[in-house]
Amino acid sequence: MEITQRCREGRIPRCRNSGRRMGLLLAFLLITMIVCKGAVFAADAKPVNEGSGAGQEKAVAWFDFEKTSFALLTVAICGTVIICTELARRGKPFYVRPIAGLRAMEEAVGRATEMGKPMLFVPGIEDIKEIDTVAGLMILSNVARMAAEYDTPLEVPTSRTLVMTAAREAVQAAAIAAGRPDYYNEDRVYYVTEEQFGYVASVCGWMNREKPAACFFLGKFFAESLILAETGNAVGAIQIAGTAETTQLPFFVAACDYTLLGEELFAASAYLSGEPAQLGMLKGQDFGKLAAMVLVLAGCALATWDSISPRVKTSDGQNGSRRTQWITDTVLKGG
Amino acid sequence: MSKTVPVIIASLVGFLMIFAFFSPQLLWLRQTAEDWFAIITTIAMIYGGLTLCFHHLKKISDSEAGWGFSAVTLLAFGVTVIVGMLKIGVVPETARNLNHPWSGPFLQEGGAFWWIYQYLFSPVVSTMFALLAFYVASAAFRAFRAKNVEAILLLVTALIVLLGQTKDREITTLFLPAMTDGSTSYLPIADLTEFIRKTIVTSGQRAIMIGVALGVVATSLRILLGLDRSYLGGDE
Repeated sequence: MEITQRCREGRIPRCRNSGRRMGLLLAFLLITMIVCKGAVFAADAKPVNEGSGAGQEKAVAWFDFEKTSFALLTVAICGTVIICTELARRGKPFYVRPIAGLRAMEEAVGRATEMGKPMLFVPGIEDIKEIDTVAGLMILSNVARMAAEYDTPLEVPTSRTLVMTAAREAVQAAAIAAGRPDYYNEDRVYYVTEEQFGYVASVCGWMNREKPAACFFLGKFFAESLILAETGNAVGAIQIAGTAETTQLPFFVAACDYTLLGEELFAASAYLSGEPAQLGMLKGQDFGKLAAMVLVLAGCALATWDSISPRVKTSDGQNGSRRTQWITDTVLKGG
Repeated sequence: MSKTVPVIIASLVGFLMIFAFFSPQLLWLRQTAEDWFAIITTIAMIYGGLTLCFHHLKKISDSEAGWGFSAVTLLAFGVTVIVGMLKIGVVPETARNLNHPWSGPFLQEGGAFWWIYQYLFSPVVSTMFALLAFYVASAAFRAFRAKNVEAILLLVTALIVLLGQTKDREITTLFLPAMTDGSTSYLPIADLTEFIRKTIVTSGQRAIMIGVALGVVATSLRILLGLDRSYLGGDE
């Protein structure tokens, strides 16, 4: 028993390294699989027309050169983010602007506690393969930890089974982390239906019956966003919403108290965790935005110059192609 | 270990997906991953059905508030599953299959499952969707209150866009004098609406989208590098 405990705490070196070993083993298996499959793929791609003797080969490239600019951009952005993370880990302080919606989360949980009413968390209506849903679940973990500390009931209806499973894991772990394992009740994290309006009907019905004190709508939403937010508004709940869907943001802004606009949804988990490494990533994101601004301005300047300067005439007297055409054809291609 | 292995799998598969995007040689990996996801989702759907039944059965057995809704849910679920699985009312589509009453498609027109979809499910969904109009009206009423300068700007812009969607030319012609050449004059509200939508709204949306794209990159990196494990329930 004691050995198991020590093993869990990572005090025995063999156990501490077992995760890493398992990872290496998995990586080895995966790489072997890729190499084998690649070999089969390459063998299949050899001569396709041997009978004709033309030796015509179906060459499959290892790199799609049309996507070079996109690959470089990806490496640059990822590199910046990783560098900022490393700098933050080494102790370099970074300023991260406060986000009102995130600061209000504890206030919302506190309000629900004072009123003795439950809270509602909706992680969107899409599956876990959507990054918005994952971002919502990350925030759920933080909200559930606060809720467990205050012992305030948190209802999490989901429209996908995989999301329900992940949400149950997140809430249970949050309850354990808060030192309240008895707080977790799997009946409060449940699957409703995959049908969009069926889900809305169920959630709105629950809101009207239970009158939650706080509602969180964080994930991917479509037409149901306004119905959910307006129902929450009608029952007098404090509402915090967030989505990356630009078409749904106006509805949340109109009906909710706080809205996380686009990128703020993705920054929320890092912000709430308060870990330097994760906050460093947010700074890396800001550098990416700076680069985007510079590129947009440069693009505007180039396009303006191209449109106001006279075109070079071709031999048949026609206007030649735009000077910035090569940017469109090469740099911007492949994204 | 229970969290380490999923993180490793997520990292490996995630990075492979990135490489597969740039390498045509690895395209099969993307397809394989999508197939795996479809298989897992299908299994999860069965699990979801079972969870739904247990959840509502428990509500009924505990006589919780609103247990009647749970009874209706279970009844609807059971009837739909039975009708769909047994293909009630479905007839064979070809003469060759006359001896095989189940050979017709489950959503065949005239079948019981089709009837449920057409005359029960669709109207209910349409009703829920129609409620949206009332919610839009109440949200707009609250949002367009002229409380400060920003709200006034929002209100004026909304009015222009709303008018631009209507017969603005015909309406404004009634109030404006005719031109010197005899042609009718009108306010170019529709053009203004088009300008607002194409220039102002699009630029704002694109700015959000650039931010979202960078947020997605940073979040993906946090997950792939195992820095943020909260979606799995946090660290071990």
